[in-house]
Amino acid sequence: MPPQTPATSGTTADSLLEVRDLHTRYSVRGSFFDRLKGRESGSVHAVDGVTLDLRHGEVLGLVGESGSGKTTLGRTLLGLVEASSGSIRLEGEELTGRSEAEMRPLRRRMQIVFQDPHASLNPAMTVGALVADPLRFHKLASGREELRARASEALERVGLAPASEYLDKYPADLSGGQKQRAVLARAIILGPDVLVADEPVSMLDMSVRAKILELMLELKDELGLTYIYITHDLATAKFFCDRIAIMYLGRIVELGPAADIYEHPQHPYTAALLKAIPEPDPRRAVARDLPRGEVPDAVVPPLGCPFHPRCPRAFEVCGWESRDLRTLLEERWTKLDQDAYERERALVGELDDLDVAESEAFLPAADGGSGEEAAGVLEAMRADAPADPFWSGVASTSVEPDGVRIGFHTPREPRDLEVGRSVVNCHLHDPGAIELAERLRRGEPEPEPPDAGADAG
Amino acid sequence: MSAHEDDPILDVRDLRVWYGTGGDPVRAVDGVSFQIGRGETLGLVGESGCGKSTLGRGVLGLLPDAAAVTGSVRFDGRELVGAPAAEVRDLRGPELGLIFQEPMTRLDPLQTIEAHFREALNTHRPELGKEEVRRRSLEALAGMGIPRTRFGQYPHEFSGGMRQRIMIALALVLEPKVLVADEPTTALDVIVEAQILGILADLRRNFDTAILLVTHNLGIVAEACNRVAVMYAGEIVEEGDARELFAEPAHPYTRELLRATISLETTGLNYIPGAPPSLIDPPPACRFHPRCPSAMRVCADLHPIEVRAPAGQRVSCWLHGPEGQIPAGGREPLERREFAEAEEA
Amino acid sequence: MRQRRLSRWLAPLRETTGVSRWMFWAGVVIVAFFVVLAVFAPLLAPYGFDQVSDAGVRFPKQGSPDGTHPFGTTVGNYDVLSRVIWGARTAIEVVVLAVVFSLAIGVPLGLFSGYVGGRADRVLVLIMDALFAFPYILLAIVIAFLLSDKLGQGVVTAAVAITAVYVPQYFRVVRNHVISVREEPYVDAARALGAPRRTIVSRYVLQNVIQSVPALATLNAADAILTLAALGFLGYGIQPTDAAEWGYDLQRAIDDAGAGIWWTGLFPGLAIVALVTGFTLLGEGLNDVINPLIRARSTAKPEMPGRTGGEGEEAILSLDPAPGTDRPRGP
Ligand SMILES: Nc1ncnc2c1ncn2[C@@H]1O[C@H](COP(=O)(O)OP(=O)(O)OP(=O)(O)O)[C@@H](O)[C@H]1O
Ligand SMILES: Nc1ncnc2c1ncn2[C@@H]1O[C@H](COP(=O)(O)OP(=O)(O)OP(=O)(O)O)[C@@H](O)[C@H]1O
Ligand code: SF4
Ligand code: SF4
Ligand SMILES: [Mg+2]
Ligand SMILES: [Mg+2]
Repeated sequence: MPPQTPATSGTTADSLLEVRDLHTRYSVRGSFFDRLKGRESGSVHAVDGVTLDLRHGEVLGLVGESGSGKTTLGRTLLGLVEASSGSIRLEGEELTGRSEAEMRPLRRRMQIVFQDPHASLNPAMTVGALVADPLRFHKLASGREELRARASEALERVGLAPASEYLDKYPADLSGGQKQRAVLARAIILGPDVLVADEPVSMLDMSVRAKILELMLELKDELGLTYIYITHDLATAKFFCDRIAIMYLGRIVELGPAADIYEHPQHPYTAALLKAIPEPDPRRAVARDLPRGEVPDAVVPPLGCPFHPRCPRAFEVCGWESRDLRTLLEERWTKLDQDAYERERALVGELDDLDVAESEAFLPAADGGSGEEAAGVLEAMRADAPADPFWSGVASTSVEPDGVRIGFHTPREPRDLEVGRSVVNCHLHDPGAIELAERLRRGEPEPEPPDAGADAG
Repeated sequence: MSAHEDDPILDVRDLRVWYGTGGDPVRAVDGVSFQIGRGETLGLVGESGCGKSTLGRGVLGLLPDAAAVTGSVRFDGRELVGAPAAEVRDLRGPELGLIFQEPMTRLDPLQTIEAHFREALNTHRPELGKEEVRRRSLEALAGMGIPRTRFGQYPHEFSGGMRQRIMIALALVLEPKVLVADEPTTALDVIVEAQILGILADLRRNFDTAILLVTHNLGIVAEACNRVAVMYAGEIVEEGDARELFAEPAHPYTRELLRATISLETTGLNYIPGAPPSLIDPPPACRFHPRCPSAMRVCADLHPIEVRAPAGQRVSCWLHGPEGQIPAGGREPLERREFAEAEEA
Repeated sequence: MRQRRLSRWLAPLRETTGVSRWMFWAGVVIVAFFVVLAVFAPLLAPYGFDQVSDAGVRFPKQGSPDGTHPFGTTVGNYDVLSRVIWGARTAIEVVVLAVVFSLAIGVPLGLFSGYVGGRADRVLVLIMDALFAFPYILLAIVIAFLLSDKLGQGVVTAAVAITAVYVPQYFRVVRNHVISVREEPYVDAARALGAPRRTIVSRYVLQNVIQSVPALATLNAADAILTLAALGFLGYGIQPTDAAEWGYDLQRAIDDAGAGIWWTGLFPGLAIVALVTGFTLLGEGLNDVINPLIRARSTAKPEMPGRTGGEGEEAILSLDPAPGTDRPRGP
């Protein structure tokens, strides 16, 4: 797939970092239990085609739920995890495909702050030694006195003053906030351009968070830093970031100026996230309709739009598939009382065969039961929840002797589309997809050949 | 006046929990009183290390050997402090439930979910028949949105949010009258967190369960609690109706905590200077006085006396009197030492 | 700074309480006693280890303890006291050599295997596991036997044989520790900061891994004494003409026991037991001192002034923690 240049990139001249169609996969061996059950090992597509530009001096937020690939993206940018494909350019210089040794000189320009300040400092070194250590790595200073002087300078810059009080302490002697300050001191001592901050305050108390964020803003102004701020906390992101990228299952689903993201969320997932934030002011708290379920398995992500199983606005082309039927059926059963459940459960067979990522489902009848009975269950489902977006995806149903076969519309991956100042990855903003859905609704045949994602517009 | 005062299901009076350390004790909970009525949720907030978890565990009698306890915890009229260990243990589960932050460590990886439920019900409700055990378990799980078809699976086959819901279901299947939830959503995502808060709200409505919800997320309290108690350095400094308390915090600590919280409305950063004190040697008189922007002379000399604030909440702060107890000149502002930038938690 | 570092290392020692501190110091005293014996053996022992006569007078055979031979003499006319004291020297020599050898081999191998990982790691683990699974005494005998041609049956041979037994242990401990440390964010952070691999391994990984080694080495030393004695006892150890060795003496004393001659067996036996106990106490003590997780967080309930207990007799509630809670472990 050729990398698309999002509109927000503007002229590339002011971009510090250009990321194009970046993919990172982890191979997973599967747990012991999985292997016992003969489940195949596969790979997690932790970063799945990310394209973005980081502008000089901005704070770009990466926001998303756990497992959405924020950390992996941050680590890939720094070369701590190898990119599977795609390109990362730091002021034109390609970073992917470098060996560790070739990467080392560039590390001076990009730094990372990890979530857990307790774990990111070597417990066996004094604060002074570990803050100055990067200078030794890069042979920028030597000699005890010089290293100490440089460390003192960095420590005082991050508010650990007077530095003499901290130089000879061990990390264990510092509080959480002080440790995170020491981490920041170590990160800035090389004079980097980009700082990736991976949830730098999420392990700190509310009252300390504000102090660390304020320090980060000061450092940014004084040292001309550019931040990538990774978080799942939409409140700090709103305050802290200039632009925000919302991630879901390894993709950026919406990227735009912070104000637009919060005022006019364009992607249904962004809207859901915003709705879920607990509001400290009870007078403002509202009843919420939350998306159902949880983030799906990243090893076999949903077809089409990865958000479709949970999306309240999903429609015909969003990627309906066999697994969605199982989810829906199980969800329905949690709402039935025990007797009704047992009655209905007896009409259909094993559900495990539904667990395939295919846009056709076969709901088996129970042993000795008939396809009509299984179809009856399906009808009851539809009668009870006719408005569920799932039904829009159903293209055909045919009753067979031993079950019901359901055909879904061809899954299509959404494209990145410009909406206002944002880039949104959702069919709702794609006139082509909307039009196609209308045609499908009228019963017109699926256009051929259905080349996923590319032909929707 | 209200449910929690007329007929509290949980009535805690002057509870102290001190940890032995070899040296001086850690006064993690130091003279705390509160009541929870049936079907009521009390939120417990405060900075890290203020003794919230210790209080929650103290209520359930789940403290390490090195902890000493005095005061009174009355559950449904029964005194728990000093009661034989076996008696309190028998209450735990069927009467007093507990939800921890990390569900995975509380579930046995070698047992199916069904077995967990069977064991819990067989232990505490031996009179139930096999079918009834199954029916109740299924219902509890379904109530939490766990598919009935996954009843025979192992804990590791569920996601973090599902495991937390299983834990909740496991606590609820015994229909406890009091539930202590210690940061039940801290490890979870916003959407899952919101789902679980919804579940807790249903619980309150449908089962009349009283919940003590420990958290340091003020947003969660506002969403899920009727009342809120604010803890500082081992003491409850303010307690009252959640809405009123957030709208009109009476205690300077509550006010500063609210101001420091970053929410969607935040336009500037605020924080409380300094750090919570050591609980081995907390500051004398008002424990908040070294950090309090409103501190007065009396605050450093006398421990505040609990009074009712105008909005109805209990508050321990000299700003609200009682006037007669404040010595002459006590209202003069206190000269405070400046904190260095890095002196923080 | 030096001083601080030292006090930091000693801090856990000061913090430990009760039994572990007692064990540690008891171990120190016992081991120090034997080290003194070993170092000053020429001064302390009345006779040489293979001396059978003094000033032309042959020692009595199996003579009972008396003024000239406080511990008696053996069937080979040796003075038991001298054999025991010289035996301490042998034991300490062998143990020190064995520990140095196994550290020198096991630690770097473990470090390499754990940090580099991959195929090299798998092969090494396989070899070490095989060695580990081998009955250790058999392994020591085989090595001692193979080396006896080239190195003779002296201290070095015994030390090498024992080394072969303990290398897999150091390897395992270090490798597993490296693997867990390797995943620590601070190691990642060092990489992100551009630290060369060499620095990462030496300053970030080794420094943290090495802390688990002293306790293990001391415990292994205890074990090594036994292995050495067993080798001697079975006749594959140090020859009596090379050095005095307790295991050998014990073996020679077996026949005496039936004849009511208790001193030839008792003293070397006691020496073995004492030194093994000393090393074990020292090792366990070190373990507790170094591993803070095992260290008791506190022991006693604090005194509370002005108890305002409920109706119960005792105002103290002490209940079992929930299953799975990290109960502070008492020593
Ligand atoms: N080392 C690894 N090996 C295999 N899979 C991994 C590894 N690290 C992360 N993953 C998987 O990659 C996906 C993305 O993980 P990542 O840690 O980047 O998410 P995240 O957005 O940072 O989440 P969180 O908010 O929990 O930190 C997840 O499905 C995760 O399970
Ligand atoms: N077993 C223990 N022995 C000694 N001190 C302890 C023990 N457990 C907790 N403490 C101390 O008691 C105080 C209160 O701890 P607690 O865990 O109750 O705080 P918390 O308010 O729940 O904090 P957090 O928000 O971080 O969970 C802390 O200072 C803590 O260090
Ligand atoms: S493409 Fe848009 S509408 Fe369709 S499922 Fe995805 S987010 Fe929802
Ligand atoms: S009593 Fe005084 S110091 Fe304490 S909170 Fe009130 S005003 Fe502040
Ligand atoms: Mg992460
Ligand atoms: Mg806690």
